[in-house]
Amino acid sequence: MFKREIRLSGSGGQGIILAAVILADAAVQAGFFAVQTQSYGPEARGGASKAEVILSDQPIDYPKVSSPDIFLALSAEAYAKYCHDLKHNGIIVLEESLSTPDCSAGATRFPVLATARKTGKEITANMVLLGILSFLLKNFLPKVRLEEAINERVPAGTAEVNLLAFNYGYALSHELKMQ
Amino acid sequence: MNRSTGIAKYLRLDRYPTIWCAGCGNGQVVGALLRAIDTLELPQDKVVIVSGIGCSARASGYLDFNTFHTTHGRPVAFATGIKLANPELHVLVLSGDGDTTAIGGNHFIHAARRNIGLKLFIFNNGIYGMTGGQCSPLTAHACSATTAPNGNMDTPFDICELGKAAGATFVARGATYSPVRLEAMMTDALRHDGFAVLDCVTQCPTYFGRMNKMSSAAEMLQWQKERTIPLEKTALLPPHAVKDKIITGVFKSESKPEYTALYRNFHRQLRKDGPHV
Amino acid sequence: MTKRKKLMQGNEACVSGALYAGLNFFAGYPITPSTEIAETLAKRLPAIGGNFIQMEDEISSIAACIGASLAGAKAMTATSGPGFSLMQENIGYAIMTEIPCVVVNVQRLGPSTGGPTAPAQGDVMQARWGTHGDHEMVVLTPAGVEEVFTLTVEAFNISEALRTPVILLMDEVIAHMREGASVPERGELLVVARKEPKEPPAEYLPFKPQEDLVPVPAALGTGYRYHVTGLYHDETGFPTGNPEKIDGLIRRLKHKIILNKDKFSFFEEHLTDDAELVLISYGASARAARAAVNQARAEGIKAGLLRLITLWPFPSTAISRICANASAVITAEMNLGQIYAEVCRVLDSTQRSLSVTHVDGTLIQPQKIFAAIKEAAK
Repeated sequence: MFKREIRLSGSGGQGIILAAVILADAAVQAGFFAVQTQSYGPEARGGASKAEVILSDQPIDYPKVSSPDIFLALSAEAYAKYCHDLKHNGIIVLEESLSTPDCSAGATRFPVLATARKTGKEITANMVLLGILSFLLKNFLPKVRLEEAINERVPAGTAEVNLLAFNYGYALSHELKMQ
Repeated sequence: MNRSTGIAKYLRLDRYPTIWCAGCGNGQVVGALLRAIDTLELPQDKVVIVSGIGCSARASGYLDFNTFHTTHGRPVAFATGIKLANPELHVLVLSGDGDTTAIGGNHFIHAARRNIGLKLFIFNNGIYGMTGGQCSPLTAHACSATTAPNGNMDTPFDICELGKAAGATFVARGATYSPVRLEAMMTDALRHDGFAVLDCVTQCPTYFGRMNKMSSAAEMLQWQKERTIPLEKTALLPPHAVKDKIITGVFKSESKPEYTALYRNFHRQLRKDGPHV
Repeated sequence: MTKRKKLMQGNEACVSGALYAGLNFFAGYPITPSTEIAETLAKRLPAIGGNFIQMEDEISSIAACIGASLAGAKAMTATSGPGFSLMQENIGYAIMTEIPCVVVNVQRLGPSTGGPTAPAQGDVMQARWGTHGDHEMVVLTPAGVEEVFTLTVEAFNISEALRTPVILLMDEVIAHMREGASVPERGELLVVARKEPKEPPAEYLPFKPQEDLVPVPAALGTGYRYHVTGLYHDETGFPTGNPEKIDGLIRRLKHKIILNKDKFSFFEEHLTDDAELVLISYGASARAARAAVNQARAEGIKAGLLRLITLWPFPSTAISRICANASAVITAEMNLGQIYAEVCRVLDSTQRSLSVTHVDGTLIQPQKIFAAIKEAAK
């Protein structure tokens, strides 16, 4: 049985939920069972936000992530709030610029925001995260399904810049030999 | 044919007698309304009467139209749904002063704001009759009521000012002592394409009268007449002469797109222009 | 070949199900966690010539729906606890006047403002008894996105067939989560159309019950002029003071639902055939319960799940039958035992009945239910 639990986190307004929705959409289109949930504070901007996706080849009973296989964090606050229940040997991807002294040793520091800025729009950081996820899940989930889901789900007229960020994320993961 | 037999066709005479007391003004308001409907020859099957709770709200049961006796304070909200679902219906709301301006005040101002094509006739007797004479938001200052035994300390609303400010496009006030004028205003309200509000000042001798030293309908009508000044005469009078008086007349009659027509045109245009993102 | 699924949010599926069922009128007031229903309908209804209106509050929202329904529309409103509380008087009005409408309540943690995005199932009894007076209530509760779609269609069908308001009782998790759902083609699911009177207006009695105890009130403006009132009334629709007729009306309003309830008494069984421990759960809690049951089975404990889909009228017959041989019955829910108490009323008094409750604003976890199973299995 194949099952992956993925948690994306950051500040409100960083597009964390959209990234999770796109991942779940791509998974469903690839024939997987997928459930996407989220939790967020009352703030539309700022505050800690998390979005979760479970992918499986079997129907999913419990819809929330119990212990993530992959945890990505874009803010220190989100990291601190949502890092408590990681799976042993799970993958942690942290935004490079964060100062998180208690960060677990196995975490990969990744220049998500800097990579996003290369597209000219830092708001595409969520797409960089998707690129990383695409690389980490490349053996199960075809990259093209994610690209299709991005095209489908991002605001009209922004597909190009979002796909650019997605591909930057994917390529850099490849260079860093992430796994 | 005299005019009262002309309106008999609009009455459910098998539901008579009404629950209203002798001398109550509700019958006068309803009579004026039916004559106005007759003048305009509104098709009986396409007229919907919506009412709330209270003495005046019972009018719906006596009238041979599509009649809808709803919950306290909410007839305007029910009527909004009807009008939007089927704009070809003539939707008339019969409501009391408590119904419209106390518990239903919010629905009143929002229907006015939307300018939805409802005709709101407020039977304004300044008291809660059905529950036995409690004060309403329209009870005049210092008048007595069972819940204001030492006189009402509150300041009443002015329905017409409230309706105007909220965006109603037809606003008028009539009174039962002058039924011919009241009927003319009703005809104008029914003709109006938009939200029309007509404050119908009426008498409740049983509760308001008895608690305010007027035991008969005649005395109450006399009191009403003495306190009333037609709008067109107010221009010639000094401010102190119109203070605390009941000003009758048409305060506002303005042309503005009616809500359900606007809704249809607005969305038809959007559909024509293609899907919006 | 299985049909391609589409990723949908629970609230979106509710909208799609409602449109499938013929929804053409929505009046509502935004409130978390139901707001996506209003937002999606604001886009989709005008595009098909339907009506969407954002009202000034929840009281007027349900009032407008009832008015529109009487004018012939298929109407729905959506809200959450605080708004659901405000709607109660007019829900009773729709029961009394037999005007169909669907009310979606996406539950959040209460009482009061509680937690707008916090999962809970505390409105189970409110959905049953929120409005005053004796009455029967139809309440359906989905546990997945695809089921939100089909149950919304069912809610409209029951409401139209029985001429009574139907509550679709969701919870925050089901409303906000997204999962793959296959959307039925036109014609795949039954859609009930509202009955119209056949007799001429002169012979027409708007509230005369048919064989199924349901009357056929005509739409406004169709030539049948009659009176609708929330006062007790006779078959003509006019108020009556006759005690026999009053008694007849109040009893018929209840009996028309009881008489027809087998048509919509929905539940789902998972591994109950040989179960010694039967879990009873519903909505999002049932997903945690199912995971717990599977874990128990993996450890050799004979547990099974009875998932309630119709909460009201309460599926007593199904519960007593399915639990007949159970050594213990465990009810797991995100409240302080609202359905548990009902289950106890149904079970044999000698049977063990246990309760797992959860009100901390998070989704109940399988481990918590599994622990209760282990304890019961000792």
